[in-house]
Amino acid sequence: MGLELILNLTGFAVRKAIAAIITIFAILCVNFLIFRIAPGDPVRMMFKDPRVSAKQLELQRQKFGIDKPLAGQFVAYMKQLSRGDLGISFWQKRPVTEVIAERIPATLALVLTALVIAVVLGVALGAVAGWRNGTKLDTFLLTASLTLYSIPTFALGIILLLVFAYFLSVFPLGGIETPASGYEGFEYIKDVAWHMFLPCFSIILWYVGEYVLLTRSSMMDVLGQDYIATARGKGIRESRVLKNHALRNALLPVVTLTGINIGFAIAGVIEAETVFSWPGAGRLVYDAVVKRDYPLLQGVFLLFAVSVVLANLFIDLIYGFIDPRIKVGAK
Amino acid sequence: MKKLLALLNSVHQFFQMLIGHTMGRIGVILIALVLTAAIFAPYLGTVDPQATGEREDILNAPSTRHWLGTDDLGRDIWSQIIFGSRVSLAIGLITAFVTVVTGTLIGLIAGYYGGMIEEVLVKIVDFFMMLPVLPLMIILAAVLGPSLWNIILVISVVSWPTTARVVRSQVLSIKERPYVEAARCIGAGNARLMFGEILPNVLPLMFAQAVLMITYAIYDEAILAFLGLGDPTRVSWGSMLHFAFESGVMSRSPWWIGPPIASIIMLIVGFSLLGTAVTDVMTPQYREAKGL
Repeated sequence: MGLELILNLTGFAVRKAIAAIITIFAILCVNFLIFRIAPGDPVRMMFKDPRVSAKQLELQRQKFGIDKPLAGQFVAYMKQLSRGDLGISFWQKRPVTEVIAERIPATLALVLTALVIAVVLGVALGAVAGWRNGTKLDTFLLTASLTLYSIPTFALGIILLLVFAYFLSVFPLGGIETPASGYEGFEYIKDVAWHMFLPCFSIILWYVGEYVLLTRSSMMDVLGQDYIATARGKGIRESRVLKNHALRNALLPVVTLTGINIGFAIAGVIEAETVFSWPGAGRLVYDAVVKRDYPLLQGVFLLFAVSVVLANLFIDLIYGFIDPRIKVGAK
Repeated sequence: MKKLLALLNSVHQFFQMLIGHTMGRIGVILIALVLTAAIFAPYLGTVDPQATGEREDILNAPSTRHWLGTDDLGRDIWSQIIFGSRVSLAIGLITAFVTVVTGTLIGLIAGYYGGMIEEVLVKIVDFFMMLPVLPLMIILAAVLGPSLWNIILVISVVSWPTTARVVRSQVLSIKERPYVEAARCIGAGNARLMFGEILPNVLPLMFAQAVLMITYAIYDEAILAFLGLGDPTRVSWGSMLHFAFESGVMSRSPWWIGPPIASIIMLIVGFSLLGTAVTDVMTPQYREAKGL
C-alpha cells in the first residue's frame, strides 16, 4: 500500500512536470512569434536614417539572423535561449539576462510578503464572514471586498502615494532604500521595510478582497455539509468544528485559486512597482515600454510566464498531497 | 411574433428583477451616469478636450472657467473626463462583444462535438489561461502599436478563454437534456442543434459573461493607458493618469488625479455591482426567495 501510494504520487508528479515542460515550450513559441507578427521591418525601424545603405541593412539583418526563413530563425532562437542568452537590451546596452536577474530579488521580496499577508488576512476574514453569514459583519466584509477588488492597483497606489507620501510624509515617495544612507544590518532591513510598506499595502488590499470572497463562499459551502452537522451533534466545541472540520476543507479551493491567480497577481506587481518606483522586474516592464526596449520586454514576459507555470506546477503537486479526495495516479 | 413578445416580456421581467436588487440598482445608476456623459459629450464638455491652453491656463485649480482645473498643457480636465468616458465604454462594450461571441463559439464547438476537437480546444484554452495576462497584453500592445482597435484586439485575445471555458461546461450539461435528444431524433442537423436548441439556453450565461468582460476590459484599458500604451489620438481616463504621473507635478495638482481615478472606480464598481446582481438574479434560490 505504502509503496503503491509513493509510485502513484511519483507518476502524478512526472505527468504534471511533463505538462509544465510542454507549456513552457508553447510559451517560447508564442514569445518567438509575437515579434514576427509585428508589422514592418525591425531593422528598418532601428535604423530610420534614410542614408543607411541597403547593403548595411542587409548586414544588420544577417547579424540579427532575420534574413533566414522562419524555421531557421526559430532554431537559432532556441539555441540562443538554451545558452541563457536573451539578447541585448536596447536601453541599457547590456545582456537582458543580466538586467532582469538583478531585479528579481526585489520583486520576490515584495510579492512574497504581500502574498503571505494577504492570504492569511483574507482567509481569516473570509472564514469569519462565511461562518457569520448573513450578519452585519458579513455584509460589511462582502461589500468592502467587492469594492477593493474593483479598484485598479495603480489607482489605489496613486492615492496612497499622494496621501501618505506627499501630503503626510509618513512614507517615502518610492524606491527600495534611502539613497546613500550607509545603513547596515538591521537598520537596512528596517529601511527597506519602510519603503516596502506602501507598494505592499496596495497589492495586499486587492488580493485580500479576492481571498475573502473565495474563502467565504467555500466556508458557507462546507458548513452546509452533513459531516459538520455530525461533528456538532457529537458535541464538539464550535471552535474545534470550525478549525478542524470546516476550515481545513474550505481551504482546498483557496489553494487552487492561488495557482490560477499568480498570472493575475503579476498585474498587481507591475502596477505597484511602477507607481512606487520599486526596482523590481515589474517596474522593468514599464521602463521597457517607455524606452521601446523590445528584447527586454520579451525577456521579462518570458520570466513572468515561466514563473507562473512553475508556481502552478508547485501548487498542483501540493494539492496532490493535501487533498484526501484526490487519489493521485489512480486515474 | 408571439415568440418576440415572449422574449421582450422576459427581458422586461429580467430588468425589473435587476432594478429590484439593491446592488443592481446602484450599478445601473452609476453606469447610466457615465453613459449619459458619453452620449452627450459634445454638449457636456465645455471645450475641446485636446485643445492646449495659453501659459496662464497651465495647471489651473478648479474655477468657473475650468470646472475641474487644467493639466500641464492647459487642457480642460472636465472635458477630458467627459470625452474619456467614450473610450472606456466603447472599449468595454466592443471587447465584451468580441470576447463573448468568440468564447461562446469555441465553447459551443468544444462542448458539442467532444472527442479530439474538444481536447485540442480545451488544451488551447488552458494554455491561454496560464499565461500572465497583463505582460501578454503589454507586449502585444507594444508590438502592434497603440490604437483603439489594437487595444480592443489585445484585450480580446487574452479574455476569450474564460467565456469559452464556462460555456463549454454549460453546453456539456445542456446537450444531454431530453429536448436536444428529441430534436436530434426528428433529424435536426449539427448546426440546428447547436444554434437552435443549445445556444438559446446559453444566452443568460453569455449575458452574465458580457457584464464581467466589460468590467475587465475597462480595467485593462485603464492599466494599458496608464502604462503609456493608450491610443495617443484619444483622451482616456487611464492616459490622463499616465500624463499626470509622468509630469512629476502630480502632488501639486490633485484635481488632475482625482477625477480620472474616481471615474474609473465609479464605472468599474458600477459594472461589478451589476454583474453580482445579474448572477444573483439568475440563481433559482434568489427567485424563490423573492417569490418569482
